[in-house]
Amino acid sequence: MTKEFKRPDGRGIKEMRPVEAKVNVVPNADGSAMFKSGKTIAIAAVYGPKKMHPQHKQNPATGQLRCEYNMLSFSVDDRIRPGRNRRAMEISEITKWALEPAVLLDKYPAQVVDVHINIIQADAGTRCAGINAAAMALAHAGIPMKDMVSSVSIGKLDKTLVVDLTKEEEDFEEGEGPTDIPISMTSSGKVTHMQLDGKIGVKQLQESIDMAKESCAEIYEIQKKALKDAVGMEKEK
Amino acid sequence: MDKIRTTPGITGDRIKKYLKEGKRFDGRGLEEFRELTIEKEVSCKAEGSVRVKLGKTEVIVGVKMALGEPYADSPASGNLMVTAEMLPLSSPRFESGPPKIGAIEWARVTDRGIRESGFVDFDKLCIKEGEKVWTVFVDIYSINDDGNLMDAATIGAIAAMKIAKVPKYDLENNKVLYDEPTEEGLPLTNHVPVAISVHKLGKSLIVDPTREEEDISETRVTIGSSKGTISSLQKSNSKALEMDEIKKIFEIATKISEEIDAKINKALK
Amino acid sequence: MDRKIVIPGEIIVEGEDYLPGESTEKREGKIFALKYGLAEEQNNLIKVIPLSGVYHPRRGNVVIGKVENITHNGWIIDIGAADSAFLSMMEVPKYVNKDAMEEVLNIGDMVNAKVWAMNKRGIDLSTKSRGLGKIEEGLIFNINPNKVPRVIGKEGSMIKLIKNYTGADITVGQNGTVLVKGSTIDSELFAKKAIMHVCDKSFVAGLTDEMNEWFKENTN
Repeated sequence: MTKEFKRPDGRGIKEMRPVEAKVNVVPNADGSAMFKSGKTIAIAAVYGPKKMHPQHKQNPATGQLRCEYNMLSFSVDDRIRPGRNRRAMEISEITKWALEPAVLLDKYPAQVVDVHINIIQADAGTRCAGINAAAMALAHAGIPMKDMVSSVSIGKLDKTLVVDLTKEEEDFEEGEGPTDIPISMTSSGKVTHMQLDGKIGVKQLQESIDMAKESCAEIYEIQKKALKDAVGMEKEK
Repeated sequence: MDKIRTTPGITGDRIKKYLKEGKRFDGRGLEEFRELTIEKEVSCKAEGSVRVKLGKTEVIVGVKMALGEPYADSPASGNLMVTAEMLPLSSPRFESGPPKIGAIEWARVTDRGIRESGFVDFDKLCIKEGEKVWTVFVDIYSINDDGNLMDAATIGAIAAMKIAKVPKYDLENNKVLYDEPTEEGLPLTNHVPVAISVHKLGKSLIVDPTREEEDISETRVTIGSSKGTISSLQKSNSKALEMDEIKKIFEIATKISEEIDAKINKALK
Repeated sequence: MDRKIVIPGEIIVEGEDYLPGESTEKREGKIFALKYGLAEEQNNLIKVIPLSGVYHPRRGNVVIGKVENITHNGWIIDIGAADSAFLSMMEVPKYVNKDAMEEVLNIGDMVNAKVWAMNKRGIDLSTKSRGLGKIEEGLIFNINPNKVPRVIGKEGSMIKLIKNYTGADITVGQNGTVLVKGSTIDSELFAKKAIMHVCDKSFVAGLTDEMNEWFKENTN
């Protein structure tokens, strides 16, 4: 019965939006990448490892990861005033938590790796696109990492679990309404980030983890290809 | 850590010596711009948006419109607000946090260059005098800094404003329908204030410096002009200019402004 | 095992005989990559050579840096690493007048130096060997530090090749900062262009042949 569920853009329940990923989009950065999911576009740039400033924030035992998520003013219908906002600050911290378990910074005491994520166009799933772009940018920057991190948003529309919500689906109003579950995982299946907004039973929530693993595996292949293709591009010049 | 990437003095000497022979490291002439590309509609959520590339320098500009009350001293005019942000993503020299003076000057010079030029017909942005006017927001973001963000910003702002479409205004419900753009563009005039910055390096005057050249620029004059009429000017940095130098700068800037204006129009076709 | 591009977390090769080298780790009989780079095998030792990333100094590296500051007993030098490096007065092969240190090296000067020690305090430099010291003139630019081995070539063969074609002297710092000195600015720019081409084509197997071809096409 769930297979009959009709999504506004006609996708299957396990179908992600078309994805585009590219590395080396900011020449000045030590590593950079772009991740596009449907109409959501994120670019990420990594600078570091470098000395952490201010000095009192330095950790003598290990290097640190610092993330900043920012939406461009014209990425949404109602202009966002440029400057700090609390939602962005929270997502910045969430992004750091999603990536930290995968990066190995113990050989960089008192140093920091800065990750800057900017959303150019938003159609839901911006934090996931940001995390996907950031993971590629970190690898591209030569940062030692145990594994890649991939991120996807699982949703529940009324009673049906679906993969990769659009903004239209986030505003779904029938039945039990929408539930939004962004999840990030390493390629070996470790969950590094999860949030939930809505209403869902335990069994379905467990199912959503399984669905996320499948989608993250697809995203991982796309991230891998983008990184490997970057070398090929240099060859062709 | 980034001191090492700032152009060393000895390389600067080479650059200036080469300039005296009328040559630049990338083969350009002193009054030649790098390749300019403009990509349209970078964000479908903006009323108009572009990605401008000047060599490796890249900026993204978006236009958003909102309805509001007019200012008390101009009840029949709409408003324009131009902001520019040097994103930390675009250079190891830019940090998160409040903007430094370089970024502030960049934003303000760009804003004045467009606002004071007569490019926008503010009266046509009025919907109901004293009550309802359009505010046009032009937001500029740097994506990669390889020199001359100043000119790239204005080129981007002009291009984005030229392709912007006014969203539909639902009078009955007093709502702006952002996903229903009309065919109507912004009320723009013929005075297109293309800003050209002229830099003094040693005894030479150049335009469109790369980051390597801009690091050793001693002073910069940014001039906004259209068809020979100058509407904005700012001299930055502390080295003094001779009178004949600054007069030459007026000529260079206005001449190249026409060339770039033509390039913008060609790119937007 | 053939050389191949790997990403972090990827299994490079499976088998108990393999040993984990640089930027890899062994788990459950499999060798995993810990960095984005080129995986290669030598006598069962698997390592990943990074393609990108900032410069990580090693003892013995000869680098080109820029003087950031002068202290009471030496100079602070930026070599593009996370830590600044320090050149002590004692490590300069000439008499230094404590009150006129800027006459030896001033802020903004470029210097060719060797990393002679690395410890908790930081990176220590020395200019005592031949050929080291203040760089008086030339063209300086930066390349990806990971490409330095290719630009230098086996026993300096690539640098020699470029010098033969351009007449320019080339010093490549391990930190990716390059000094080119020729009799004309044009010859220096030509050498720079050649070096950038080596960086672009750093993957090609017959790089020497590629560069000979390139020079034939580009010499006028």
